[in-house]
Amino acid sequence: MSVTPFLVLSGLLFSIGAMGVLVRRNAIVVFMCVELMLNASNLAFVTFARQHGNLDGQIAAFFVMVVAAAEVVVGLAIIMTIFRTRRSASVDDASLLKY
Amino acid sequence: MIAFWILAPLMVVCALGMVVVRKAVHSALLLAVVMVGLAVLYAAQDAPFLFAVQIIVYTGAVLMLFLFVLMLVGVDTSDSMVETLPGQRVAAIVLGVLFAGLLVVAVSQATYGAAFGLEAANADGNVPGVAQLLFSKYVFAFEVTSALLITAALGAMLLAHRERLTPKATQRDMALQRMRDYAERGVHPGPLPSPGMLARHNSVDTPALLPDGTPSELSISRVMRAHGTVRDVSHDRLIAAEVESDTKQLGPSRTQDRQDEAGER
Repeated sequence: MSVTPFLVLSGLLFSIGAMGVLVRRNAIVVFMCVELMLNASNLAFVTFARQHGNLDGQIAAFFVMVVAAAEVVVGLAIIMTIFRTRRSASVDDASLLKY
Repeated sequence: MIAFWILAPLMVVCALGMVVVRKAVHSALLLAVVMVGLAVLYAAQDAPFLFAVQIIVYTGAVLMLFLFVLMLVGVDTSDSMVETLPGQRVAAIVLGVLFAGLLVVAVSQATYGAAFGLEAANADGNVPGVAQLLFSKYVFAFEVTSALLITAALGAMLLAHRERLTPKATQRDMALQRMRDYAERGVHPGPLPSPGMLARHNSVDTPALLPDGTPSELSISRVMRAHGTVRDVSHDRLIAAEVESDTKQLGPSRTQDRQDEAGER
């Protein structure tokens, strides 16, 4: 099967994730949308690995997963800390640098 | 490739739902569907190792972490509909649709030729192939990953840690406080009634019944009362009253029977 449908799906998922990051206010949902974008790029990596016939793309996807796991841990800890001090998980409320 | 045509629409719908749905828990569950779908697509594209890693790391670890944090932060922290930047939401949707159109058109216009396929690369099996690359060409990146993971673990511990500002209350302090409350405000010093006490159900949403049949407010968690999920026990009270009147009628005859039985023995 040709790789185009996979890449189209990857692009769609990526743009849905990007739209979610811009539209949503809840920090956790924004974070989930970032994860969706990372996953969409992983799909493109795996698809191109099949296209080129070597495993480098799969290795790249693997590293993306590792970094995403580390990022989720730190990001969620930050969200929790902000929630603890400000009693809100909305990205609009963390605007102290503005004033 | 039937799997792709079944999964792809499902995944797009679930991803859209994730963005649209109001409750964060539903978003997380829809994201789980997308991630499992992606794992199946990896398996369909000769990447069984990534299939397993996707299931274990993403749906297993990352999403559970999301759900745990949602639980800690509170599931009802829904989005505010107030726009801090006027027109930002509409602009984001328009730009997102344009971006999706751009990506789809660009990707589908390009010609890639026939896919090379991974038969040669996966000749020894996918996992040995990945390991071969990981520990030769990418070994430095792999080692750096360990530093990243340790840093992330330490960072999470540091961020989630809360310094105790007041000394921990000992059992003695709590007992004294209880007695002080009793002396000053007349608060009952004993334990609170447990939910479901003398009621027909013993679930936590059933208030305990007082001797006169009225539900006890103290037996129900404050959170459940605020959410309005406390079970209505007024019906039970009626039944309890009926049962009580029935037993009163039956009372003497029953004891009579028992006496008869005892006499026969």
